[in-house]
Amino acid sequence: MLGVSDRITTADVSKVASLARLTLSDDELAQATTELGAMLDHFAEIDALDLDGVEPMSNPTHLVNVMRDDVVGDCLDRDEVLAAAPVAQEERFRVPPIIGLDD
Amino acid sequence: MVDTTTAIEIADAVRSGTLTAADVVESYLAEIDARETDIHAFNLVLADVARERAADVDAQVAAGADPGPLAGVPVALKDNLCTRGIPTTCSSKILGDWKPPYDATVVTRLRDAGAIVVGKTNLDEFAMGSSTENSAFGPTRNPRDTSRVPGGSSGGSAAAVAAGFAPLSLGSDTGGSIRQPAALCGTVGVKPTYGAVSRLGLIAFGSSLDQIGPFATTVEDAALALEVISGHDPSDSTSIEQPSLDLRVALDQGVDGLRIGRITDLPSGASPDVEARLDAAFDALAAAGAKIVDVEVPAFGYGLTAYYLIAPAEASSNLARFDGVRFGSRVNAPDTNQMYMATRTEGFGDEVKRRIMLGTYALSAGYYDAYYGRAQKVRRLIARDFATAYADVDVLLTPASPTVAFEIGDKASDPLAMYLCDTYTIPSNLSGDPGMSVPFGTGDGGMPIGVQVLAPALEDATMFRAAAELERAADGGAS
Repeated sequence: MLGVSDRITTADVSKVASLARLTLSDDELAQATTELGAMLDHFAEIDALDLDGVEPMSNPTHLVNVMRDDVVGDCLDRDEVLAAAPVAQEERFRVPPIIGLDD
Repeated sequence: MVDTTTAIEIADAVRSGTLTAADVVESYLAEIDARETDIHAFNLVLADVARERAADVDAQVAAGADPGPLAGVPVALKDNLCTRGIPTTCSSKILGDWKPPYDATVVTRLRDAGAIVVGKTNLDEFAMGSSTENSAFGPTRNPRDTSRVPGGSSGGSAAAVAAGFAPLSLGSDTGGSIRQPAALCGTVGVKPTYGAVSRLGLIAFGSSLDQIGPFATTVEDAALALEVISGHDPSDSTSIEQPSLDLRVALDQGVDGLRIGRITDLPSGASPDVEARLDAAFDALAAAGAKIVDVEVPAFGYGLTAYYLIAPAEASSNLARFDGVRFGSRVNAPDTNQMYMATRTEGFGDEVKRRIMLGTYALSAGYYDAYYGRAQKVRRLIARDFATAYADVDVLLTPASPTVAFEIGDKASDPLAMYLCDTYTIPSNLSGDPGMSVPFGTGDGGMPIGVQVLAPALEDATMFRAAAELERAADGGAS
């Protein structure tokens, strides 16, 4: 079962949750810290590997900067796209105020 | 009841006019009616859509046209594949009743081949899981024993084929999500070479790992389905510039002289019944003329760690798009940041949140080099070790899953135990090589066991050649 790890603290998890735009209750924060700590402990098995000079691999293909010809093609139907959004208005996605809310 | 059971038999009969697509569809819908309540393979059954489509196919045949190689064949689609105008949920609350404005390329190709979509299948939310228990709509059950899981994340697609709800289905495989449920449900399941099948319209989990592939009751049906959906797609920049895979030609070649690798340093953890079936698979291929060769893939065992840093990192980035602005559901709040937080907190399930946080952590300043950076280097080691092994062998055999299907709830409280289900499947997602699970007898509780065949990138046909021989051996009573 999961033990307490010193690899990650509740403060770390709280920051990560905020970066990921997630809200955690105190209980959820404690549980997530335990679970993520257990995973990071398991992942420590690669700490000892000598990886100097090994080129990182980001994907399995050898494709780089795939371009298409610069020609007009079909695109998605605007009304259909907007119809699938939570709120649309005047042919745009509508969102709540971004800044400058008076309390 | 239609007495043809394979996709190829159905398509042949429909194309020649001896069977109507309408009768085929009614027959499968009746199967779904009879058992779906017990199995819960589907998030959505498209009975009316399927009937309309069957009428189209029959009209084509009546007019002397050929609907294509999958004429009248019912297909179930994992519910992370976009279907225009039809809800696509990823088994998550966050997508609400979102209806995609376009079809996935694989859906278009199936339709162009005459296939009939009968429903959208359940999955672990956003394809994150190995049991299909992490669904906002409840678990799917294994048709062979409904107290057990079907595997995951494509558990609904595996169960649909195993239950006889459709002769074919599609899933997606990021770390084993086709091969592991195929093994647990006793179907064939294929993860093709990365880039062989377009990912356009597959809602992304780990973009450098995800591949779409088929489930089927026979190796030949899986080959046909993969031939139909593969081939270059200019709309997917990671699609390999190759024509469709040519697979069925390999099925009758036999394995005389084929070099089959046994990985001597494979991570332990497979149960004795699974080990016994793997040994039997080597024996069967050797008896058919193959040469069994011992090889080492030293970095194989580090796959799980590399994967659980890389896949969550990619997921944390991919799932940033679900913010309540463009798709599905929104929880209202006074400003956008609070709206993002409320929508995501309410919309995502626990496992998805766990992985988003793990990935965000692995990518965050100060930890990037130690986690994500090192994982990418381990990924290179794994690809290199596979390439070294493939210099000496044509294919490798391993277990597809360490155990037979487990009881629902068994691993629900221990994320790491669940992750270990994918020990044998993950490494080929990291390398981008193809892999497939072939049913090869049964183990504990009479549950199915799958043997995994792995091959180098773009050697999918060689993989099918070995798989076809395993199928013949299994049918011959080897179990």
